[in-house]
Amino acid sequence: MEITNKEFKHCDMLMVKGRIDSATAPQFSQALDAVTESGRFKIVVDMGELEYMSSAGFRALLASQRACKRYNRGEVVLAAVPQRIQEALELAGFTELFKTFDDPLAAVGSF
Amino acid sequence: MAMRKVKFPAQFQYLDEIRDFVAEIARQGGFSDKEIYSIQLAADEAASNIIEHAYEGVTDGELEIACGIKGDLLTITLHDHGQPFDPASVRPPDLKADLSDRQIGGLGIYLMRKLMDEVEYESSTHGGNRLTLTKRRN
Repeated sequence: MEITNKEFKHCDMLMVKGRIDSATAPQFSQALDAVTESGRFKIVVDMGELEYMSSAGFRALLASQRACKRYNRGEVVLAAVPQRIQEALELAGFTELFKTFDDPLAAVGSF
Repeated sequence: MAMRKVKFPAQFQYLDEIRDFVAEIARQGGFSDKEIYSIQLAADEAASNIIEHAYEGVTDGELEIACGIKGDLLTITLHDHGQPFDPASVRPPDLKADLSDRQIGGLGIYLMRKLMDEVEYESSTHGGNRLTLTKRRN
């Protein structure tokens, strides 16, 4: 898995590439934590090049969403979610917890 | 049914290979891309759970995975010698709960059950633990 962070004026965008499972989820969590620890709480996760995500990745997203939404200081939104991952998120009841955008730049613009 | 069997070290970094192993058999069996993704995710969640719970604190555990197809049924058996851990004992997560009340645990087991048609668990003192997942091709 590869993660690239792009800092915009009003939010951060994490571009995640490859596969997130129990082996790689800690790296994904660290990337999310690095943003919130720098005092930034508006995060777009661009999943356009993500091939796979297990519940280990869902847990990382949930923990970060909690941190970001605290005190209404921000939120995590998802962009370009591949169909299979979207279906798994729906099955897990996660689609109600995250706004999703087809276009990553539209997600950036929403902040 | 001809089952292919592979032994993996019970470590997260082998999840990739475990997913590839079951995906190849599912593909040969004519399962759709959507079904193959479900089978990979279910096998991953089952294996992750064994590594995390049955082999908690164990670094040299072994996980034997057998996979095969009979007719339109794909069967995956995960066999370990760790602590007994029955997935049925895990309470299903409340999928309607608010963000603050969402459980972090139990989600993998829940997904595994939803993605497969049948999940069976047996544990014996000498034979170890055996988790069997079955999926029917559409």
